[in-house]
Amino acid sequence: MILIESPFWATGAGLALLALLQSLLLVVLLLLSLAVLLYADRKIWAAVQMRKGPNVVGAFGLLQSFADFFKYALKEVVVPAGADKPVYFLAPMLSFTLALMLWVVIPFDEGWVLADINVAILYIFAISSFEVYGVIMGGWASNSKYPFLGSLRSAAQMISYEVSIGLILVGVIISTASLNLTHIVEAQRGAGLLSWYWLPHLPMVALFFISALAETNRAPFDLPEAESELVAGYQVEYSSTPFLLFMIGEYAAMVFMCALISVLFFGGWLSPVPFLPDGAWWMVLKIGLCFFMFSMVKAVVPRYRYDQLMRIGWKVFLPLSLAWVVIVAFLARYRVLDGFWARWPEAIPLVVN
Amino acid sequence: MAAVIFFYLFALLSIVGGLGTVLGRNPVHSVLWLILSFISAAGLFVLAGAEFVAMLLVIVYVGAVAVLFLFVVMMLDVDFSALRAETSRLLPVGLLIGLVILLQLGIAFGDWHAAPTAPELARAPVPDATLIQNTAAIGQILYDEYFLAFQMAGLVLLVAMIGAIVLTLRHRQDVKRQNVMLQMSRDPKKAMAVIDVKPGQGLG
Repeated sequence: MILIESPFWATGAGLALLALLQSLLLVVLLLLSLAVLLYADRKIWAAVQMRKGPNVVGAFGLLQSFADFFKYALKEVVVPAGADKPVYFLAPMLSFTLALMLWVVIPFDEGWVLADINVAILYIFAISSFEVYGVIMGGWASNSKYPFLGSLRSAAQMISYEVSIGLILVGVIISTASLNLTHIVEAQRGAGLLSWYWLPHLPMVALFFISALAETNRAPFDLPEAESELVAGYQVEYSSTPFLLFMIGEYAAMVFMCALISVLFFGGWLSPVPFLPDGAWWMVLKIGLCFFMFSMVKAVVPRYRYDQLMRIGWKVFLPLSLAWVVIVAFLARYRVLDGFWARWPEAIPLVVN
Repeated sequence: MAAVIFFYLFALLSIVGGLGTVLGRNPVHSVLWLILSFISAAGLFVLAGAEFVAMLLVIVYVGAVAVLFLFVVMMLDVDFSALRAETSRLLPVGLLIGLVILLQLGIAFGDWHAAPTAPELARAPVPDATLIQNTAAIGQILYDEYFLAFQMAGLVLLVAMIGAIVLTLRHRQDVKRQNVMLQMSRDPKKAMAVIDVKPGQGLG
């Protein structure tokens, strides 16, 4: 107790150390849960195809992810002869780091957030638009045809779906009148399950889920790494640890999208029924359920053609989400259904003229 | 103290990024240096307390503009060594422009005074930073006070975009196109038939 209450933690160095320790805790927990989720992903996929999946390493194959980790980490790094070395190694590090950076703003419970910033949604948007570079740089620096094609595809796809994701986020922001994720969760407090945003923003939940699949290059939109045509897309020339970084980055971004969906539409840490207490376990449960959906989609949906992907992005999702922004703005402004779409705080700070 | 360290860090990085952009031999590296410069500028904005502008800078410049630059330099086969040969020819003009800018800066910092009321005017629309976040303040100013000007600026951009599309649109007749509605409304019953082929007889 003396250690916790020491005045050292209020000083600049103490705060910096505290932030460092918290980030470290988050990263360690995140990587451990990624190991479990990777295993779960493969098990779910295997179950759908009536296979056993990983079942050799450890009980029920539980240690498979760790075995894979050591396999990747201990293999030789092979660099293509014509590769642009600095950029080649920068790319996987960038995509891994950015995928972890996103987690800083996710609130797991009331106050359980590393950076409770007011522009959290814009921060997410900024970092995820930056994530394109990991893929483009990886594909370009490999100096090879398939990776280059894969990276171009991936970049075009991520940019296209960021547009619809952004517009859907605008709808949620209009309902909350805040860009802060904690405020967004708090605005969904009320009669449990029914006051979460999935109900007022119902059509957008499906759109957001599909856009999240496309944004994270996940099946059925995994065209950047379509193994039947591009072998593995932008990752072809990567081996060993750089490849591992790409893969972990991809999964971290995917689980982040699950966390974002839970926060935006399914009430974050709020309990679905009034008689059960709120808590971080709800958040974990919701992320898990969402990840299960991601896995099932990968298992049951066939891959899209590239022009079809671009078509739904620009010609279906963009107009729908844009129209929804205007509809929500109207519903919120005139407080339809007693402010069902307008969970604004009593006094929104206004500019005093 | 920490703010000062980070200020110099970001300032140094943005200058390094700018130098890398100009001096880099490989155009793709130049764009990557440019991105470093953008990011450091965003860091400077955060230090100045303008987190909204910082995020927009990253979203717009890093997320959209620099991606376009990168696409262009990666895909277009521009001979940059030939362009570099031009540099020596254009050097006098460049030096002249640099001199003019230097003189202007000299005037601006040496002998240029704002009207005595100007600082008051500039400060007037800015509310107290403790009362309102700058996201809300910018929203209020753009969408309430200068709503018409903002919408008109948007329309001007829209016209420019439509103009660019109209100028470059060619409808080619010699390519096969996908008609999605037609594809989706196909009836499996009309498109295929299941035929029971007897062994040894074939379809005849």
